[in-house]
Amino acid sequence: MCRCILGEISNMAAHNFLWSLTKNCFTFGLIGLTVSDRYASIVPVRGSSMSPTFNPTTDSFMGSLSDDHVLMEKFCLQKYKFSHGDVIVFCSPSNHKEKHVKRIIGLPGDWIGTPMTNDVVKVPNGHCWVEGDNPSSSLDSRSFGPIPLGLVKGRVTHILWPPQRVRHVERKNHQNRHSPS
Amino acid sequence: MRRWGLLAKEALSQTLTFARFFCLFHVTNHYLWSPTLVFGPSMLPTLNLTGDVILAEYVSHRVGRVGPGDIVFVRSPVDPNKIVTKRIVGVEGDRVTYFKPRNGDTCHTVVVPKGHVWIQGDNLYASRDSRQFGPVPYGLIEGKAFFRYFHPLLYLLVTEVQLKPDMGLGRRSFSHGLNWLE
Repeated sequence: MCRCILGEISNMAAHNFLWSLTKNCFTFGLIGLTVSDRYASIVPVRGSSMSPTFNPTTDSFMGSLSDDHVLMEKFCLQKYKFSHGDVIVFCSPSNHKEKHVKRIIGLPGDWIGTPMTNDVVKVPNGHCWVEGDNPSSSLDSRSFGPIPLGLVKGRVTHILWPPQRVRHVERKNHQNRHSPS
Repeated sequence: MRRWGLLAKEALSQTLTFARFFCLFHVTNHYLWSPTLVFGPSMLPTLNLTGDVILAEYVSHRVGRVGPGDIVFVRSPVDPNKIVTKRIVGVEGDRVTYFKPRNGDTCHTVVVPKGHVWIQGDNLYASRDSRQFGPVPYGLIEGKAFFRYFHPLLYLLVTEVQLKPDMGLGRRSFSHGLNWLE
């Protein structure tokens, strides 16, 4: 009889523990999702298209551990105000599941000269011109043209992972590339 | 001292409850569904000029299940601070024929490129859509409208606030009530 009651109590304790664990997991999941949606999140950078800034050395031995992880803030999305040289994360215009990290070269109203075709293109309203820091292996506005600002998912501010490379990501201006209209 | 400790604990638990509700609200609003008030003439036979409350769901565009005929919310490619309500006419690979009412009756045909959709308003004469700014990337789709609710009182309220009298409100009759959007 006594043992039976004890067993019942321990059973209930386990039940309670499981229930509170589930509740805590749920709460922290919700909070994490909200913060990463509204304020900031951490994204890995793959590939060498931003090479001097992110992933300066491609190390196949370490695999994805040696990839740079960057902090992306989302406060810029409230007004969609950007400046030249910001590093942004955006959805690829041809495949919405892919995200790219590139640098803004031109904002609405700028004239952009493309070095390959010697064309001068005007960036339309609500669009921006993005390019990678490593022109030789970067798929960017030079192939798919200006992208709508609505595709932008956030602005990169800091490098967080590999520990020896923790730093702020600066704006870098290419003064010679764009001319305000 | 012990009293302050208790107070701090109480405040913390209250904050946590509030944060939990806020986060639950955010997640429901961004990942499941939310009501939105829409206005403007571009979807006219389907949606009224103003006063329609639309329920939008945010699941199907994430799993890629929006197609021709769906009414979607799209972040405008011309002004990223605006969200417009239009109907999808064609998805990638489709051949779309359209005409601009102000440019005579000449028809144009385009093929929608990969990863893009072609959106148009139901009211071809007062809509700014893909016919002006071309196909839009799929990533700009924010949600899909599936239910509409119209209430005259709400209509009056919104009219007072947002619309000017020269928009021809007096002559219009309204489509009333609740209905599923097709």
